[in-house]
Amino acid sequence: MASSSDSNTPRGEAWVWFTGLGLIIGLGMVIGLLSLVFVNGVTVFWAPPVPVAQIDDGRTVIGQLAQRRIRAGSLANAPQYERQYQVGLRELNGNSYLWVDEAKVKAETFPADVLGLERVEHGPAFVRPQALRKSDGKVIPITDPAFESALQAEVSAAVVVREKFEEITRHRIGEVNREMDEARVALRRAEDLKLADEIPVRRRQIDGLEERFVILKAEAQKVVNSGAVATLDSKDAAGRAVVIPLTQIVRAWFPNRLDTWGRTQLFASRLGEFIFHEPREANTEGGLMPAIFGTLVMTVFMSLLVTPFGVITAIYLREYAQNGPILRIVRISVNNLAGVPSIVFGVFGLGFFVYVLGGSIDQLFFSDQLKYNNNTPVFGTGGLLWCSLTLALMTLPVVIVATEEALSAVPRGMREASLASGASKWQTIRDILLPASAPGILTGVILAMARGAGEVAPLMLVGVVKLAPTLPFDTVAPFLHMDRKFMHLGFHVYDLGFQSPDSDAARPMVFATTLLLIALVVTLNIGAIWIRNRLRARFKGAAF
Amino acid sequence: MPATMNPSTSRIQVRPSTEREGRKDYISIRDYGFWYGQKKALDAISLDIPERQVVAFIGPSGCGKSTLLRNLNRMNDLVDGISHEGNITINGRSIYDPGLEVISLRRRVGMVFQKSNPFPKSVYENVVFALRVMGVRDRSTLDEACETSLRKAALWDEVKDRLQDSALGLSGGQMQRLCIARAIANRPEILLMDEPCSALDPIATGKIEELIHELKEQFTIVIVTHSMQQAARVSDRTAFFYLGKQIEYDTTEKIFMNPSQAQTEAYISGRFG
Ligand SMILES: Nc1ncnc2c1ncn2[C@@H]1O[C@H](COP(=O)(O)OP(=O)(O)OP(=O)(O)O)[C@@H](O)[C@H]1O
Ligand SMILES: [Mg+2]
Repeated sequence: MASSSDSNTPRGEAWVWFTGLGLIIGLGMVIGLLSLVFVNGVTVFWAPPVPVAQIDDGRTVIGQLAQRRIRAGSLANAPQYERQYQVGLRELNGNSYLWVDEAKVKAETFPADVLGLERVEHGPAFVRPQALRKSDGKVIPITDPAFESALQAEVSAAVVVREKFEEITRHRIGEVNREMDEARVALRRAEDLKLADEIPVRRRQIDGLEERFVILKAEAQKVVNSGAVATLDSKDAAGRAVVIPLTQIVRAWFPNRLDTWGRTQLFASRLGEFIFHEPREANTEGGLMPAIFGTLVMTVFMSLLVTPFGVITAIYLREYAQNGPILRIVRISVNNLAGVPSIVFGVFGLGFFVYVLGGSIDQLFFSDQLKYNNNTPVFGTGGLLWCSLTLALMTLPVVIVATEEALSAVPRGMREASLASGASKWQTIRDILLPASAPGILTGVILAMARGAGEVAPLMLVGVVKLAPTLPFDTVAPFLHMDRKFMHLGFHVYDLGFQSPDSDAARPMVFATTLLLIALVVTLNIGAIWIRNRLRARFKGAAF
Repeated sequence: MPATMNPSTSRIQVRPSTEREGRKDYISIRDYGFWYGQKKALDAISLDIPERQVVAFIGPSGCGKSTLLRNLNRMNDLVDGISHEGNITINGRSIYDPGLEVISLRRRVGMVFQKSNPFPKSVYENVVFALRVMGVRDRSTLDEACETSLRKAALWDEVKDRLQDSALGLSGGQMQRLCIARAIANRPEILLMDEPCSALDPIATGKIEELIHELKEQFTIVIVTHSMQQAARVSDRTAFFYLGKQIEYDTTEKIFMNPSQAQTEAYISGRFG
């Protein structure tokens, strides 16, 4: 007995520490990654004070501090820094960003009259306003206490006008264009087939649409004309006069005057735009609504496709297939499918889904479209449906394996009880096995969703684009257009990070978009986990 | 242990066998042998089970009691690589008759397992499961079947207010009675019970034994048990198995009071197994 205490001394304690170390490294990496993305992503929308910097060489710079880094070539024990200011006014300065040697910055002041502007074109601007020339001819100088409220009122008015204009040009004219395309195809077909009845009908339809187009154009022009002709007279850092029409301004703020509440409001407004609006300026500004929507719809569709496929396959493999070498080979193949690089699925999706399946669908159901519309494919090109299918195929093994596992984890007694009650095999599967393994199946679906939502490479081949003119969902029947190309957050990150003409301007958006993508995946997963826990609660109970 | 000191036999009280009307060879097992793969689990079993009587299967662990029981409703069909010889008939018809569907056989032969296995559904849905899979939709039929089966299983009073609650919230004994209620809901002719009380306390066991007495008015019952007392209390006839062979089969009274085989005597008196 005495020796037993010796032999109980845990010899492997060092290994416990070792495994703990592994966990800590892993956790550290995850937390580091998340906080990096979070901090960089969130601060994009925060408006800090904007300095006016006097530089040794006599220049003056007005700009928001974007980055600070150690100058290349400076000594390690006496590091010298350089700062990057976002100065804006790209049309004047040539570049929105400016690197300045920190040692050369003589003085930084934060005058209250520095104005930050987000603009429709040419990116942001930081200026010192002089006067506001209102549309009714009145001039309000910067010294007038009413300047700021008048400016904000004019900006809001301009925003309303612009939104109206966008609504007409982008959506209503777009709709007319679409109808026009269809009508033209129909006319060409009617002429080709010599359908004497239809030709005049189509002609009249096209005339009607052309009329509507002209009316809408005029309406858009009227909206523009009705809008503010107000301008903002200001000076840039060098003292040059800059006249900015208010129709160009999206948002205006005095970065050195704002209190915390004001900054928070500005933050919320920018974040709101980011989530709910469409992108501007080659995707580097504005919102990501189409990409969020596209990612969401594609992921949901993928899950809806992969779940039944995976579950049915797993039921067959586990419940019906004869045990033997063939079944083993099938299982091994399924498991290996999970290890195939995702781009391979993209190639397969393009080769099989898009060209073979989509091509056949076009031949069968849209042959008129092909013949009379310059061979423009409908389903024979990348689109939402093919993306969902490709990712469904890619995530299939996850669902199959999870379902098989869940089915085999159902206690044998339950299966026997059902069969002994006179249930058929199918009734047993449907009424007992599937409900009992639903939480396990959902776990598989969650994993599949997490993998699918973050996948980019295959999507680039089968239907994701940088800028989609329309959402895959609208008010025209059949409402959900599975054939349309769409935008995707993951691809957006890639596009911003690597394809953007202005990499400095794109950098903060990369982080913000990444953060959004992570948030979306997490939200989807939380939703699925919530459903799973509710299912689990139903099956939990006090067994003895 | 000296052979004379034998407390277990002295305590055993045998209920006088009540002969009721009914077919004497209601279930008839003839020269029955059974293999799991290469392993012979049953050998030359021949016994007749009369209608509406309780027959107990006893014997040491691994002797094939469950195997025989599970063959009566062909539950062993789930196992790969099984084979059999001889025949089993129920009411004159072979259970291996190709024209007989396994499902309809199982509807006539209900089964209660050693470990209670309620479905993760409500109490109500558990009881009416067999009816639902038969396609019964009528609500009042289901309600009625639920109540009568729960009453017969002596569970009604305990669960009548929680029929819609999950069956997994019941106690172990309640769950086992629920499984009995489930097994009798579609009025089978035969009830197979594989050690139904092995996980229960004496009070719950007593309730279930009481239940068996009532159920045998309607059902033919085959029960596997490791408890000599239980076999003696509930059964009319007892079969003793050893290593897959049927050693003795007779009225319970005879088996416990005056067994003809030495092995039986040894097992019953607890010197063996
Ligand atoms: N599924 C199976 N596959 C292979 N052999 C089995 C299987 N089930 C039981 N056996 C074997 O058949 C023999 C009889 O088993 P059975 O379960 O009928 O015994 P039992 O009398 O019910 O025992 P216990 O009292 O322990 O429940 C045992 O040797 C067992 O190992
Ligand atoms: Mg057994």
